Amino acid sequence: MIPEFGHFALILAFCLSLAQAVFPLVGAATGNRQFMALARPAAAGQFVFCAVAYAALAYAFLTDDFSVRFVALHSNSELPTFYKFAAVWGGHEGSLLFWTTVLAIWTLAVAVTGRAQPEAFSSRVIGVLGIVSAGMLAFTLLTSNPFDRLGLEMPVDGNDLNPLLQDPAMVLHPPMLYIGYVGLSVPFAFAVAALLTGRLDREMARWTRPWVLGPWIFLTLGIALGSWWAYYELGWGGWWFWDPVENASFMPWLVATALIHSLVVTEKRGLFKSWTVLLAITAFSLSFFGTFLTRSGILISVHAFASDPARGLFLLMLLALITGGALMLYAFRAKDLAGEGGFTLLSRDAFLLANNILLTIAAAFVLFGTLYPLFLDALGFREISAGPPYFNVVFLIPMLPMAVLLGIGMHAAWRKTPPDLLRRKLKWPAVFAVAAGATLPWIVFGRASVLSTIGLAIGLWVVATSLVDPIMRRLGRGATGAPITRAQWGMYVAHLGLGLFILGVTVTESYDTELDRAVRPGETWHTGGYDFEFVGLRDVQGPNYTAVEGEFEVRRGEKLVTVLRPQKRVYRVRQDPMTEAAIDAALHRDIFIALGQSLGGDAWSVRVRVKPLISFLWIGAVVIALGGLIAVTDRRHRVQPAEQAERVRVAPVPRPASRPAEGH
Amino acid sequence: MLFVGVVLCGVAVSAAFALRAFNENLLYFFSPTQVVAGEAPTERVFRLGGVVVEGSVVREPGSLTVEFLVTDYANTVPVRYTGVLPDLFREGQVAVARGRVDSSGVFTAEEVLAKHDENYRPPAVAEALEKGRAASGQ
Repeated sequence: MIPEFGHFALILAFCLSLAQAVFPLVGAATGNRQFMALARPAAAGQFVFCAVAYAALAYAFLTDDFSVRFVALHSNSELPTFYKFAAVWGGHEGSLLFWTTVLAIWTLAVAVTGRAQPEAFSSRVIGVLGIVSAGMLAFTLLTSNPFDRLGLEMPVDGNDLNPLLQDPAMVLHPPMLYIGYVGLSVPFAFAVAALLTGRLDREMARWTRPWVLGPWIFLTLGIALGSWWAYYELGWGGWWFWDPVENASFMPWLVATALIHSLVVTEKRGLFKSWTVLLAITAFSLSFFGTFLTRSGILISVHAFASDPARGLFLLMLLALITGGALMLYAFRAKDLAGEGGFTLLSRDAFLLANNILLTIAAAFVLFGTLYPLFLDALGFREISAGPPYFNVVFLIPMLPMAVLLGIGMHAAWRKTPPDLLRRKLKWPAVFAVAAGATLPWIVFGRASVLSTIGLAIGLWVVATSLVDPIMRRLGRGATGAPITRAQWGMYVAHLGLGLFILGVTVTESYDTELDRAVRPGETWHTGGYDFEFVGLRDVQGPNYTAVEGEFEVRRGEKLVTVLRPQKRVYRVRQDPMTEAAIDAALHRDIFIALGQSLGGDAWSVRVRVKPLISFLWIGAVVIALGGLIAVTDRRHRVQPAEQAERVRVAPVPRPASRPAEGH
Repeated sequence: MLFVGVVLCGVAVSAAFALRAFNENLLYFFSPTQVVAGEAPTERVFRLGGVVVEGSVVREPGSLTVEFLVTDYANTVPVRYTGVLPDLFREGQVAVARGRVDSSGVFTAEEVLAKHDENYRPPAVAEALEKGRAASGQ
């Protein structure tokens, strides 16, 4: 009964999403206030029914209702309760329900906070979100109903959740990504609303900023979690594979990052308006495209669990409709969004433009490498794929100059910067980065390559330039202009995170030790500065799996560093073997051991990795997200009538050219 | 104008580099039949896919080196690999190997991938298997 109830709630949610799409948009176009007034109740109702549907599916999982097809395919009575709950988004149908529910939550948040905005604008935003909701709900109901019953074929027990997904990070990774993906529909809706209104003024840009930062924070954390999961769960010891699904999450992140930066220019200077709108449309289109890639089953990848061409076609049409519609509107209306002034080459405006161009190029390269092979395949040409070497090379082309320019751009002023100011602030960071980058690898590792030197110098440069302003103020030097705002702190922190990330990538990739080896109990060997001993094997019983567990002692000199116990698991229901790597993580290095397979007798193959500074990847990502969080809490981002006065003051006053930039 | 020019030049140069990197790192897929017919390049890395022949997996005891045969039901190619095999690698199941073939027809793999799902086959492999089956009249 409960599943039918959920199905019914989902149908009601669809009906309300149609109302949410039609009435506010028509109302805004014709000036009908009664129609516009329907926007918020429809959005609220849609949220309630999505939530009810979601709760019904979660209930079916928690009560082991295997008469529901989706539950039977993705759960099992032995599955720990925690994973039963997570299994709701562990498969195609459930993750779509999650998608639509998250969209309803974002819509509700926009509806609640948008009261201070002009009614027509806010109605249009809610209406556009209604179109997206209606499309996705129709897709869920027509092709992927999670509440389908099995009838007489109902199994005694379920097929179990894919063992790869039975992991705490994997429980959090998809929802984080989806919250980010779906959240980018809000800036998309703002952009389309601005096009419909025919203008994009600075306050619209300011309203939009928290709605880009929010999803972007979730995307950042979601991508980092996915990478962390791949690192310890897939058992290969790598952290990024340029897998199409990874790319699908990374491209919206790149474009959303560009959007955050271009919105700053639109808000502060009234420039880049049509470009900002285009980025907002692109960011969400790429998110949607990511959903299509993961949910259509057209990929050969660890993530492509689903495969059903009918679904792919529906999603592709929806993508064409939403993106195509927005782009068409853009083509007609973009000329109305003229900029309000000019800038010189040495200005924050120009540096942000460079940031945007380089990030967009990076996204385009990734898109090309991801799509071209799929495209050729679809046309019936050769089966090809672009390997990680392609992505490694092309990603560095735009990213290296971007990281260098970023250090300067942070300290440039709007419109025009006196070179003197930049020289004063950046002299020491530059000297420090070059000197340390050139010497540190030799001191610590005793060897260096061109790329590791460049990477280290750039990482240190980004770290130093992010810290120079706070430090100089602390020391009471160069304390010109206003105190550092929240948004500015956010910028410094996020860039510091990027610097740490660059350092982590450079050191891990340049100085890691990899060893695949056949070992017997009692055998010892030396690798990456540590002595390893394979102590022995034993059998282990888990809640829903059995495993062979190896024991490895790791020593440095005489001192025991750690004992690692990697496992080879066999989950009872699916009977697939699964590698559970063991990692000793520390700030300066990770030691990673994964069991391969039995080689006959008591010999086993093992993967051993010593990865210096890999922790900086995750720390960097978290610090980047933290920067976003700090920026989001800037008071100016909240629309409150009391702040109208401040807004008027901020907008039209041209700043003295010598004043250092007042950040985001 | 100068600024736009610089930007355009930058974009053009980076696009040229990207295309070069793309061409150099492109991986083609070949079926065992194509490899046996000599259609696969000997100087370049490519991907070979098919079913691992039952009973063909031979391992030197206690060593990481393993040899097995990959078939598309029409022809088979011997594969040699030194390293840790993926969890789902099994006889009678689909595997994809990345590596190069030498003049004696032995494929030396740098990496071996196995399918991730019972019901899922990489489309290229499925197609090759169908062609092979048709050719061998099975």
